[in-house]
Amino acid sequence: MSLRIAGRTLFPLGAVCGLAVAVAAAMSMTMPPESMQLVIGLPDLPMHVRLDALSRVFLFLLGASSAGISIFAAGYFRSGQGTPPGLLCLEYHLFLASMGFVLLADDAYSFMVAWETMALTSYFLVTAQHRIAEIRQAGFLYLTMAHVGALAILLCFGVLQGGSWHFTFDAMRAAHLAPSWAAAAFLLALAGFGAKGGIVPLHVWLPEAHPAAPSPVSALMSGVMIKMAIYGMLRVSFDLLRGLDWRWGLVPVCLGLFSALYGIVFAAAQTDMKRLLAYSSIENIGILFTGLGLAMVFRGTGMPEYAALALLAVLYHSVNHAFMKSLLFLGTGSVLHSTGERNLGRLGGLIHRMPWVAWLTLVGALAIAGLPPLNGFVSEWLLLQAFLYAHAVPHSFVNMLLPLGAGVVALVAALSGYVMVKFFGVVFLGSPREPSLASAQDAGVMERIGLAWLALGCVLLGLLPAQIIPALARVAAELHVGVLPDSAAPWWMLTPLNNGQASYAPVVFAAAVLACVLLAILAVRLLYHRRVRRAPPWDCGFGGLNWRMQDTAEGFGQPIRHLFTPFFAMRRELPSAFDSAPTYRVVIGDRIWHAVYEPLGPLVESVAGVCARVQQGRISLYLLYALITLCTLLALVL
Amino acid sequence: MRSLHWFTQVLEVAAALAAAPLFHGWVNQCRAWLQNRSAPPLLQTYRGIRKLFYKDAVIAERASPLFRIAPYVVFATMLTAAAIIPSMGTRLPFSSSADAIALVGLFATARVFLALAAMDIGTAFGTLGARREMMVGFLAEPALLMVVFVASLISMTTSLPAISERLATQALTLSPSLAFTAVAFTMVLLAENGRIPIDNPATHLELTMIHEAMMLEYSARHLALMELAAALKLFNYACIGFALFIPWGTAMGGGGPGALLAAVPILGAKLAVAGAALAVIETVSAKLRVFRAPEFLATAFLFAVLGLLVH
Repeated sequence: MSLRIAGRTLFPLGAVCGLAVAVAAAMSMTMPPESMQLVIGLPDLPMHVRLDALSRVFLFLLGASSAGISIFAAGYFRSGQGTPPGLLCLEYHLFLASMGFVLLADDAYSFMVAWETMALTSYFLVTAQHRIAEIRQAGFLYLTMAHVGALAILLCFGVLQGGSWHFTFDAMRAAHLAPSWAAAAFLLALAGFGAKGGIVPLHVWLPEAHPAAPSPVSALMSGVMIKMAIYGMLRVSFDLLRGLDWRWGLVPVCLGLFSALYGIVFAAAQTDMKRLLAYSSIENIGILFTGLGLAMVFRGTGMPEYAALALLAVLYHSVNHAFMKSLLFLGTGSVLHSTGERNLGRLGGLIHRMPWVAWLTLVGALAIAGLPPLNGFVSEWLLLQAFLYAHAVPHSFVNMLLPLGAGVVALVAALSGYVMVKFFGVVFLGSPREPSLASAQDAGVMERIGLAWLALGCVLLGLLPAQIIPALARVAAELHVGVLPDSAAPWWMLTPLNNGQASYAPVVFAAAVLACVLLAILAVRLLYHRRVRRAPPWDCGFGGLNWRMQDTAEGFGQPIRHLFTPFFAMRRELPSAFDSAPTYRVVIGDRIWHAVYEPLGPLVESVAGVCARVQQGRISLYLLYALITLCTLLALVL
Repeated sequence: MRSLHWFTQVLEVAAALAAAPLFHGWVNQCRAWLQNRSAPPLLQTYRGIRKLFYKDAVIAERASPLFRIAPYVVFATMLTAAAIIPSMGTRLPFSSSADAIALVGLFATARVFLALAAMDIGTAFGTLGARREMMVGFLAEPALLMVVFVASLISMTTSLPAISERLATQALTLSPSLAFTAVAFTMVLLAENGRIPIDNPATHLELTMIHEAMMLEYSARHLALMELAAALKLFNYACIGFALFIPWGTAMGGGGPGALLAAVPILGAKLAVAGAALAVIETVSAKLRVFRAPEFLATAFLFAVLGLLVH
């Protein structure tokens, strides 16, 4: 019963609320910032909320993409083992609400409360299938990383208040920090928000937690929650933190570029579709951090227009990624429901059985591969435009090396095309790799609506950037990063800097390609004929063509493994020539996990062992401790 | 003047469509002469395509609609690309809607559709070709983007006609970055168009083929469109090369109908020389093993990056 109520009413209701939030955020974009004090909270510690352009952009992102995810979730959650659906529904909506509150919070206290609620609710959502040991482990890893990150953020706010001991964001804006303290705050924020976003080397939880979570939750976490890290990072580095040397902006640029490359290379080697998407999220977070760092460098070196351009790329890509990654995760959810498989090696040919899911997922895959005229290309274009001005930075080494970042961005974009061809091709194309796939069913109506909503978002964001960018540019103006000139171009033309140096008109562009396609079809039909004969595929005359002859996910990733060998910790088990039952196995590990995290566990245990010596379990000893403490305090006071 | 610009635009697309198979035939002819074979007629490519259009299409039983739409998409992207590249005149009304980065994106779209269509049937050759094509692509695409980027840095614009105009009008000084990128571009051109040393357009030997492996399931009109698209791609790449490295002779901003009239034979001459040069490169070099292809392309990428560094 509870499941029915949750599915039929609560999730669609949540979707309507999400839509309302998105519409409200979009409509109020031109209004000045509003702030308010809430009466709830601890005595003498009221909660402050504030709504400015930056919050509105991210509220729009949250509302618009969660509307699609919630509609999908209405058709997705079914009763099974693990958390009962009613409780799951409560956690899901608490998670959404906490993310909304993170965006509104205007003091450290309410921010941390919302941030922790977000971490905890998402932990419970990740461990929905808590009867499976691996999922519990993944959840624990996520919880640990989330709390290490939260600790860093808390310390960051502690530094940011700058001796005033007021923890409102207004007080932080007014505080003047010494350069070294500003750097400390920045690095703490980078660690804290980087852990939430999944920047290398703090990325290890993403590929574990995303596959463990139910698909709508993975979509929310990857599409929306890790954007909260970007929001936090933007809030700290462009709003709260003053007086930071611009050279620190190079740290997120380098980390971001490395993460992007690392993420996409690992994504290419994955054989689990949700892990593949999780690594692709690491790539995208890397791209976002790169743009953020670039904006800091431009702002600090007195080039406000370029800084605004880079910031625009970050904001646009955040919104884009929310749509396309949610779409892809939901697509995997439909596949998982229908086939029970996450392993790429046991999928294939689903475009025939699940055409709705396949074609809508294709939109997401092409978008995330950065192909025009979809949305992924727009943000890539903006970022590359920003990199074009990197040589103007007045520092002789930086202006020489920074444009190389564009090369890495280009490489990453091309690699993401590779990964998406692998993902889509292996799951949906070819012939089925398991006989059970022949009975796969297409997604239900609710799931289709959710997928279609997100796909529509990808298309619209791709076609109408010139309408969206003025709204995003308000963020740059309000944060005093820089003001973009008013566009003099017609409505369909995107000319960010309006200096005649670059323009892109996706509507015209898409219309031209579409017109060419239609003309070609028409011309072929009119001038020639449309006869078609169906025949078995060409088998070189030998016969016996079967599904095992097509490329596997491992095979498709092989060139990447070969080229980027130093990235991977690979363990191969090869058969000898005399094995009667030869097996081949390759395990791809993460070097950072082996080098950093594995030794960390025993270290923590040994430290805990030392600390445990004070804990003897005898009441007399504890009384002694109390006495010593009392005496010490008395000695201090007197 | 505006009508002249539109005329230039239409002329360029029509010329690309008409001349691409001719250019393809010319390269084949030169290659045959250099290799001491008797050459096919110059118009052989047209004849082949025409023959294919009249045949019945044979499509694999389990082909999805993606397989049938892909040739049209690939062809359309190549034709749209021809509209952006300033082969005869730089004042193209359409070029403001897509700059050089969009052009690279357009090529990437064609590649992705080609690879997806090849994976659709689920045969060994198709997936093998798709994988190799993407392997070549993920290194060639950034290299091409870097080439464009260097040219953009020099001229401070990403619009291809504007780049071409600035490079043509600047003083003729030896720019080391352009020299590096020219090398990189040539390597990318060879790789992206399935030429020796990366791929052999004449081979059907399974161990070595890339482009042909993806085409194996196509027949009749679909194959004709794919071959036309491949010829257009070669033509487009040649014209990008001219626009970036030998921009002289195209009708610039102030030129009237006379300049455009002069640009047509100049383009023809450039194509004739470039085709012969391509045939020479293909004749004197040996095909690399597939595993060596990434090294070749990484070299191209590094050359482009080097061009960026010395800028």
